[in-house]
Amino acid sequence: MLTIAGRKFRSRLFGGTGKFSSPEVMKEALAASGCEMVTVALRRVDLNNPADDIMSVLDRDRYLFLPNTSGARDAGEAIRLARLARASGGGEWLKLEVTPDPRTLLPDPIETLKATEELVREGFKVLPYINADPILALRLQDAGAVAVMPLGSPIGTNQGVLTRFQIEIIIAQAQVPVIVDAGLGAPSHVAEAMEMGADAVLVNTAIAVAGDPVRMARAFAMAVEAGRIAYEAGLGSVSKDAAPSSPDDGLGFLR
Amino acid sequence: MKVLCNGKAQEIAPGTRVADCLRELGLEASSVVVECDGKILTREEYESHELQDSSVLELIRFVGGG
Repeated sequence: MLTIAGRKFRSRLFGGTGKFSSPEVMKEALAASGCEMVTVALRRVDLNNPADDIMSVLDRDRYLFLPNTSGARDAGEAIRLARLARASGGGEWLKLEVTPDPRTLLPDPIETLKATEELVREGFKVLPYINADPILALRLQDAGAVAVMPLGSPIGTNQGVLTRFQIEIIIAQAQVPVIVDAGLGAPSHVAEAMEMGADAVLVNTAIAVAGDPVRMARAFAMAVEAGRIAYEAGLGSVSKDAAPSSPDDGLGFLR
Repeated sequence: MKVLCNGKAQEIAPGTRVADCLRELGLEASSVVVECDGKILTREEYESHELQDSSVLELIRFVGGG
């Protein structure tokens, strides 16, 4: 079973709550995904729609909330969002995101490390969203991050695991759980990440914008489970040369 | 007097407290976090914290996100 910062998770699929067509669809899709941890963001209240409150839709006994710092462009903004999240009753868990460039939404490694150091001091359980940089992953682990969240490909792109080589190194080196996050657009992508030995994956867009988000959530859950079982079962080695599956011997009667 | 609430200027009566403001806007206190002039208020402070002229109020809550 997956353990992060002393908390156990039966499901290795974490869900995002953005981009769903309605709160009802989100609720049903998250239930179908089997996930036990969900990300949420912080924004100004829409004063024209004061009753629009995600907290009234999601059951907090069922899901651990992982507030993110999306929208932060530097460490200072991320720390401010983190403190607001905690004051909102979001708890100590935090997905740290620092993305200065709106075009790529790639995370700033230096600001992410700075913010991690401060937020760990303040008692947060920090899960930093990072580019798939093995050295940075180790630095964040040393700084007290409880997990690292390397990206498969940029947020919302559904391109899959483009960072395979680096993620393999991160998984091989990390002492903390590795959660592949961002860009996982199809069940095959999460299966790939899990087969590589990722501890978990986080999926939002691919489920939320699917034609049928509830069925897609189920498909992702199955792929995560399949990938994990395959990893635990031990995959065969990869070779460039063919090796027959049928015996070489016993063909004398043909020639 | 005027305060800036979520980026918009609002006219309020002197002596208005944060909790009054939330009630006026139809917001459950438990569903928002309030930052006033850069300081995060605890929920207990909503009833006692009096807004000043030109106070900058940010009303924040959780929304869907990834």
